[in-house]
Amino acid sequence: MRISNGVFVLATVIAQFLPLSQDGGLNWVGLPQAFALQLVALAACLWIGWRSRPGVAAAAVALVAVVLAAIAPATALYGAGLAGKAGWGFWIYMLGLGFFAWVAISLLSDLEPRDALARRAVGILVPAVFGLWLLYLWEMVVIGFGIPRVLLPAPSQIAVTLAGATDILAADFYQTFVKSVLSGYVLGCGSGFLVALLVDKVPFLQRGLLPLGNFVSALPIVGVAPIMVMWFGFDWQSKAAVVVIMTFFPMLVNTIAGLNAYGAIERDLMRSYAATYGQTLFYLRLPNALPFIFNALKINSTLALIGAIVAEFFGTPIVGMGFRISTEVGRMNVDMVWSTIAVAAVAGSVFYGLIAMLERAMTGWHASFRQAG
Amino acid sequence: MTIDAALPGEKTMFARAMDGRGLPLATVILVLLVLWYAGAVALNAPVLLDKYKRQNTDWTVTQLVDDSWSMDRPLLPAPHQIVVELKKSIFDRKITSKRSLVYHSWVTISSTLLGFLFGTVLGVVLAVGIVHVRALDRSLLPWVIASQTIPILAIAPMVIVVLGAVGLTGLVPKALISMYLCFFPVTIGMVKGLRSPDPMQMDLMRTYSASSWQVFWKLRWPSSVPFLFASLKVAVAISLVGAIVAELPTGASAGLGARLLVGSYYGQTIQIWAALVVASALAGTLVALMSMIEKIALRRMGVAA
Repeated sequence: MRISNGVFVLATVIAQFLPLSQDGGLNWVGLPQAFALQLVALAACLWIGWRSRPGVAAAAVALVAVVLAAIAPATALYGAGLAGKAGWGFWIYMLGLGFFAWVAISLLSDLEPRDALARRAVGILVPAVFGLWLLYLWEMVVIGFGIPRVLLPAPSQIAVTLAGATDILAADFYQTFVKSVLSGYVLGCGSGFLVALLVDKVPFLQRGLLPLGNFVSALPIVGVAPIMVMWFGFDWQSKAAVVVIMTFFPMLVNTIAGLNAYGAIERDLMRSYAATYGQTLFYLRLPNALPFIFNALKINSTLALIGAIVAEFFGTPIVGMGFRISTEVGRMNVDMVWSTIAVAAVAGSVFYGLIAMLERAMTGWHASFRQAG
Repeated sequence: MTIDAALPGEKTMFARAMDGRGLPLATVILVLLVLWYAGAVALNAPVLLDKYKRQNTDWTVTQLVDDSWSMDRPLLPAPHQIVVELKKSIFDRKITSKRSLVYHSWVTISSTLLGFLFGTVLGVVLAVGIVHVRALDRSLLPWVIASQTIPILAIAPMVIVVLGAVGLTGLVPKALISMYLCFFPVTIGMVKGLRSPDPMQMDLMRTYSASSWQVFWKLRWPSSVPFLFASLKVAVAISLVGAIVAELPTGASAGLGARLLVGSYYGQTIQIWAALVVASALAGTLVALMSMIEKIALRRMGVAA
């Protein structure tokens, strides 16, 4: 910990004596605002390293100080025209800043609040800070080195493109996500579930299908995409078909496994109640299968999006996320590609998150959640 | 399964066969084959009927069935057509030929394995970091999980174009995509595995005053090996998927993915199916190979497997 603090202090001091831009001339002292921010951050860093004890106060001070320290390079890049020609003074400082950010994240993650709500807040804050730091680093590196847009656009450029092309992106989202993914997902998961219920009645079939299903789930199923495009045409139906095939087997295998996940004692109890097959199914076996079913739903949520997008590489009407990615790559319009990827990432995460929330609501009684409390 | 089946010594041959896996599996596969042949007729018949009509020829049912199983570009080729195509493109051509599936498989396999290697190393390194550094555990692990909710295959064309512009072409960009897919199961499995020693064992190491280095090599690492292999089996399968998809969007000239794409451009269904069958066989072989290595490794470590 102290080593990291020391590295930041040392790097900041060294950076003062190095040129800030590649053509020389400018120093950190020459940018009064940035210099002031650095002084504040230095003071905070020294205090954290040698005077404070780990705790809420140190973590909060570290977080604020890192944010202030991070504003300094930003003002240098955008305000002092350093974009594309940042020199050693800049990068040495950035290196030190990385260590300081690490100090802040370590302090934050060592917090152990008693309050459940506060603990959850810390649990969200730590990865959020880490993610923001990565975004910031990406921005600084791209702008500072002047990396051409075609290779890697900065997050800010992507955001601008994203905001400017919302109608195109919304149309793509509707075509790919709402039409292909959702319909395919519902059909695939639904049929997988129903077939599992049927197969469950016939142990003979079950023993035959289970190894087959396990084998199929290891196969590169996305490969059927060209065939589906040939059968069902270019529009969303073919993508939905790919999604159905991709989601069917994980659901089948998991549901079958889940339906057999009940204990012998419970089964004997149901027997002694003279419960019918249906009653055993609804009151014992399906509830016990829920964690498995949700597992499949979660796996499938990512598979479905991948399947639909990849299927669009094989032919599509002139709308859709996969279409957008493959054409804009061809036109070297990389900002647009990254915007589409951002939309896909958010859509995928939200989809997954919704299912995880539903799972928490429906299987909160299960042992895997109880201890987390 | 059921209580009545648990009585030994009373089973007939038939009952034993019913209980095993072989017979049910064979039945299911047989049914699937029959369905496949029927499906080939059903899907291809409309095209043929149309053709008969235009040529004003009479047709019989046998002729229709025969023809639909031997079309040049069927909507659904019959299994034996695929077998013939496989024989042609695997055995009848030199393996260096651009039309040999062995050549294309080799291209795909090499990037699969390279990506698998990268991914495994990255996954293990991340897991070791996450287990030992608390801040990494809390800041990185959520992002590792979130990274997989992103449809990463969508980025495949992007990654390949960007790396191509920096001068990286050929195997490595494809391998990087495989790597992105397969580091995840390795990380998750290894984090679980490295944490699997129970507190008693950890306490014992403590009473020996073992350094954390020793705890790692003598306790954590050995107890994580079963978890590692479980992850590796998943990882190698998705590594293959990554390699195939990475060959799709960039106009790659070789590899099973390129074979799929070319087949779909020219409507060569039989070629697509042949590539798919080879890809499935590869996936099966790779996973089987992993299980074999797993068995050997676990036996040598003294774990009854």
